[in-house]
Amino acid sequence: MENRKERKITARNLDDREFFYGHKGCPGCGGSLAVRLALKVLGEKSFAVLPAGCMSAIGFVFPQMAFSCNAMISTFAGTASMLAGVAAGARALGLEGIHAVGFAGDGGTADIGLQALSGAIDRHDRIIYICYDNEAYMNTGVQKSSLTPTGARTTTSPVGNRLRGAVTPKKQMFEIVAAHGIDYAATASVGHPLDYLRKVEHASRVEGTSYIHVFAPCPVGWGHDSAETIEVAKAAVDCGLLYLAEYTGGGFILNHDPGEFSSIRDYLLGQGRFRHLGEEEIEAIVAQRDSRWQRIRREWRT
Amino acid sequence: MAGMNMFLSGNEAVAAAVRLARPQVIAAYPITPQTTVIERLAEMVEDGSLASEYLHVESEHSALSACIGASAVGARTFTASSSQGLLYMAECMHYASGGRFPIVMMNANRSVALPWNIYGDQRDSLSLLDSGWIQAYAEDAQEAFDMLIQAFAVAEHPLVLTPAMVNLDGFALTHTYELVNVPDPSDVDAFLPRFTTANRMDPEHPVSLGFTAGPQHNQAFKQLQHLAMLASGQVIREAEERFGQRFGRSYPGLVETYRCEDAERVIVTLGSVAGTVRPVVDRLRSTGERVGLLRIRYMRPFPDGELRAALAGATSVGVLEKDISFGYEGTVFTNVNSAFARSGASPRNLLNFIGGLGGKDITPTDIENLFARLAAPEGLETVTFI
Ligand SMILES: Cc1ncc(C[n+]2csc(CCOP(=O)(O)OP(=O)(O)O)c2C)c(N)n1
Ligand code: SF4
Repeated sequence: MENRKERKITARNLDDREFFYGHKGCPGCGGSLAVRLALKVLGEKSFAVLPAGCMSAIGFVFPQMAFSCNAMISTFAGTASMLAGVAAGARALGLEGIHAVGFAGDGGTADIGLQALSGAIDRHDRIIYICYDNEAYMNTGVQKSSLTPTGARTTTSPVGNRLRGAVTPKKQMFEIVAAHGIDYAATASVGHPLDYLRKVEHASRVEGTSYIHVFAPCPVGWGHDSAETIEVAKAAVDCGLLYLAEYTGGGFILNHDPGEFSSIRDYLLGQGRFRHLGEEEIEAIVAQRDSRWQRIRREWRT
Repeated sequence: MAGMNMFLSGNEAVAAAVRLARPQVIAAYPITPQTTVIERLAEMVEDGSLASEYLHVESEHSALSACIGASAVGARTFTASSSQGLLYMAECMHYASGGRFPIVMMNANRSVALPWNIYGDQRDSLSLLDSGWIQAYAEDAQEAFDMLIQAFAVAEHPLVLTPAMVNLDGFALTHTYELVNVPDPSDVDAFLPRFTTANRMDPEHPVSLGFTAGPQHNQAFKQLQHLAMLASGQVIREAEERFGQRFGRSYPGLVETYRCEDAERVIVTLGSVAGTVRPVVDRLRSTGERVGLLRIRYMRPFPDGELRAALAGATSVGVLEKDISFGYEGTVFTNVNSAFARSGASPRNLLNFIGGLGGKDITPTDIENLFARLAAPEGLETVTFI
């Protein structure tokens, strides 16, 4: 067994090697950053599984392979079940120190892949499931998923006289997996890389199922400058639309309380997908945030 | 004959064979009439007589997806399904064959809804004939047992690397008890050594599997898949030969012929209904009628050469199948017809009999009637429901 003691990951000791490199991702792609950083923590003994979605589309086009660890594409619905098979096969063959890690988009996780994910959590399979949340089906051209936030314009939740973008609220995936009694779950943002890396490192030591939900802006789908990805990912935390938290040992932990929130209005109107929103709609989003945070501050440990 | 003779249902025979094949990972989901296979396997894992990782998946899609994942790290894998479950796997079936993962599956042939029906026909597996899996059809429990062990050897053969499905007619075969010879584990180990493959993710030599291949490269992969399926015919014959030498039970390759040598009229069929046809052939033969039976044992690879050779002298051939491609004809018939068309020499009369859908009984009298129709085929429709 390799050394399983938790390491504190810093910019200094982060692995110089690249395991996801030379891919066809767009400039400023948050998802590809999430994959790249996680693999630097998990290392060469990773078995990465990626369903249909942007990360597989940019990473595996024969003969140009962008992964230098073991990796394969799963069916769109099958990330967690294929990971379970990889983990079971590795266990049966006596392979030690490996990490079965999945990287699935929000659609691949919260919609079509939710059933398989639920099954894996139920079995406590020793897998690490990372959902890079770019809040829509990007690979097929920005369609609405159940993690698309209210009000966001996508190609299937257009903005016109009758519709004002997505009308449904974003599914609370973190709390959904926690409600399974999962061994470890966390939220993260590519705008807070050290926090994210720490969570990946923690997940790598969990004897059971880990789920990390990492917020990963997509300049193409969101309509912001490709140089602003990190700023947008930070702003989402600062304005309280995204919280950084963990679920472990049966309890929720809030990792970071911004105290005073920054402006939701600025966050939203900085992105093309929200630019149509009027004051009333923004107020409704603010109210939702406030009631969520009331509950979080009341119920979750810090 | 070494080993033990046991009174087993078709499903129990499959489970007994799987135990001897020692898959390292099993993932399956229950569906009638497959369920007793996976129940027996769960018991074997529990009592320690089978050292497999047994994954309780939440669906058939996940069952096959998990098998693909396990196969991708080099594990021997098994799953089982039927009907709606098999169709739910369809996406993963193409995935497994395209990725060249030699997973073995048992399918309990069952009708497909609507209307709901749990009884046997072959519309489930035949509708997935193009999914790139080897498809075997057993007639009895012993053959199912033997086919299953051979299936691992064939699927995992380096020239083949193609998943294999062994089909048993629902209830007629899955739930019927017969005496089955179960060989000694050491003999099966010698016949079927541990699975090794280069087509796997290896911590020492990382690879990407299951990638994207664009218009420039895709067809080459598909052509390789096709060639491997073609090559599997010879590998099946060799596996049967080796099997016969070791276990004393020999099998005739992709088809079995019964009294076809000088037959004028032959019924071509597959699965357990062959057991109904055989005594009718004997009875008619005893009255001097020149009739025969050809049982297709493998639908993929398709035995076109064997079929033509065996039926070269027949004037009337009737294909009896539990399947229909709506608005045209049965899939087995389409394949048989094409085998003749390829040689340019079809029998004078070639008819398609559709029967047994949703478990409808096919009786010896029905079979006698079919032979009678083959004797006077003039004016008959090509496709008739019996
Ligand atoms: C069964 C199935 N249905 C639909 C698709 C088409 N499809 C491929 S990728 C994709 C979108 C993926 O969206 P998401 O999971 O959010 O990941 P992203 O592309 O945003 O990275 C869709 C709909 C598919 N490949 N398989
Ligand atoms: S469309 Fe978005 S998620 Fe997809 S590769 Fe480009 S930036 Fe990344």
